[in-house]
Amino acid sequence: MIEALPRLIITGIMTGSIYGLLAMGLTLQYGVCQVLNISHGEFVMLGAMLTWVLSATFGISPLLAVVIIGPLLFVMGFLLQITLFRTLKARTPSPPVFEGSALLIAFGLLYVISFVALINWGGRTYTNTYLTDRVSFLGTSFGLNQIIACVIALAIGVAVYLFLSRTRPGRAIRATAEDPVTAGLMGVNTKMILAFCFGLGALLAGIGGILISWRTPVGTGMGFSNTVIALVVVVLGGLGSVPGSFIAGILIGIVSRLVSGLWEPLLIVPVYYAILMVLLLVKPAGLLGKK
Amino acid sequence: MDITRLFTTHRKLLAGGSLLLILIFLATFPLYGNPYYIRLLTTILMYAVLAMSWAMFSGATGYMSLATAAFYGVGIMTRAFLEGTLPFPVIIVIGGLLASALAFLIGLVTLRLRGIYFAIFTFGFVMFIGQTAHYIDANILGNAWGHQIPLMAPGPLLYVMLGLVVVTLLTIYFIRRSRYGLALLSIGGNEEAAEHMGINTTMAKVILFTISAVFMGAAGVIMASAMIHVEAQGAFNVFNSFMPILMAIFGGMGQFYGPVIGAAVFGYLDRMLRVELGQYFMLIFGIILVVVIMFLPNGITGLVTTLRDKLGGVIAKWRKGGQAEQHADT
Repeated sequence: MIEALPRLIITGIMTGSIYGLLAMGLTLQYGVCQVLNISHGEFVMLGAMLTWVLSATFGISPLLAVVIIGPLLFVMGFLLQITLFRTLKARTPSPPVFEGSALLIAFGLLYVISFVALINWGGRTYTNTYLTDRVSFLGTSFGLNQIIACVIALAIGVAVYLFLSRTRPGRAIRATAEDPVTAGLMGVNTKMILAFCFGLGALLAGIGGILISWRTPVGTGMGFSNTVIALVVVVLGGLGSVPGSFIAGILIGIVSRLVSGLWEPLLIVPVYYAILMVLLLVKPAGLLGKK
Repeated sequence: MDITRLFTTHRKLLAGGSLLLILIFLATFPLYGNPYYIRLLTTILMYAVLAMSWAMFSGATGYMSLATAAFYGVGIMTRAFLEGTLPFPVIIVIGGLLASALAFLIGLVTLRLRGIYFAIFTFGFVMFIGQTAHYIDANILGNAWGHQIPLMAPGPLLYVMLGLVVVTLLTIYFIRRSRYGLALLSIGGNEEAAEHMGINTTMAKVILFTISAVFMGAAGVIMASAMIHVEAQGAFNVFNSFMPILMAIFGGMGQFYGPVIGAAVFGYLDRMLRVELGQYFMLIFGIILVVVIMFLPNGITGLVTTLRDKLGGVIAKWRKGGQAEQHADT
């Protein structure tokens, strides 16, 4: 049991880096656009399923798929923000009402996306693993896909963090998240920023989906569980905090491996929710959240 | 008799009369209706209870509860475990009380939180209780294949559900009229101001949340009579949290009968289209949800009010114009 610990923790970090990627997208969408996107996992599913479609029908490598699927999902998120959520914001009287309505709309989108996918691709799962060679490392072996996915996820996480904290557009995004009205007065095109952030959130979810599809079988029903993971991670890291969500992602990844490795795989999801509920009660602002 | 006067001054009489007519129709329907439509009506009434009790809490306080499915599911599971040991009415009461005890606990710990955290918590709670109950039921108690519940004849089932609807309606009516109802309304208007007026807002919200869950739990116990097979994951279906919200918003929460209208429309669509359209039904459900939130935030009843105001303005203008012409003639 104890000898399994290092292996579980390392796989936990690897899985967790992907969770961090998903959560980063969700936290951007909530922190900047005030949309708690319950349909986030469906973008993960789209990323994974499109990777399968591309490699099964066109023979495109799952690594190259990022270049095609990423922009596609970005445009999808971008359009959703400028059509649905921008209009909704103009119609609702107060921010809390907007948050509630946006949550309901996102739930509607969850049904639309997942059932369009189900009608198109059916309910079965597809195996589309990539780079399945094993690499020996610290006395145990890991899948090469797992290691590369982890490296990509970490690289993207760091890149997004640097983009937000060091560049001019990043500063504009943070200003918009802080106070959209004042940011607008200072010459920030807040409408563009909101649309960009929603698109970026969808893009990150899609990349997460691609990385997941390298290792595990994919299907049209995989979206919801990923939404749940992202939601738990985001609350743990603090709603709206980008670095917090990445760190929380890795923590949740470790917890999920430990629970499934040492206790009972069936109880992972209840444990997620238990963490979520306890967190909301004890520290609703999360690890790195403000206030 | 002047028709417009009938609609303005005798409004209460009209509302009471139509309510009575609807009740008489529902009460006599099992005598001549076919069983399929009796079941349809029962489903609609069940959704009406869920939508009304959801609107009772969330409409008044502005906190969006996504826990409806949890309370409804508690009712279903109570029935599954107590079936055959106690008489049916006792199980209904127990199911309602268990659901409300749960709501009391949830409310006590969460209703101090901001609205969005409350929504996330309740959403997570449905998943948590569903998964946990499934695990306990299947892996620890050994009921891997779920529970069997004897089907009840459609007629009596309709009467039981109708009774629950009446109780729910009466409760809402009395809460609205009471001092407590006014306190709740002020929370929905401006919580901080209500607090300064000396209202214990957290306690008021917790009590209302507790009361609203009684009906959801009872509805679950009753509706279990129409399911042959019950298992935990199906009982705690998150869809049951969102459907009543859609109904309440579609119908409009400004009037107490708004959620009932929504329940009638979507309960009918749910039963009629779900089997025929299969996967497309859920797709359409998603589209309708988006469209309703975008274009009907005040619901059908709100739309009627808006239209009446607009039309009223046009008619008044037109009348004025007519009068002006008459003056010109004389």
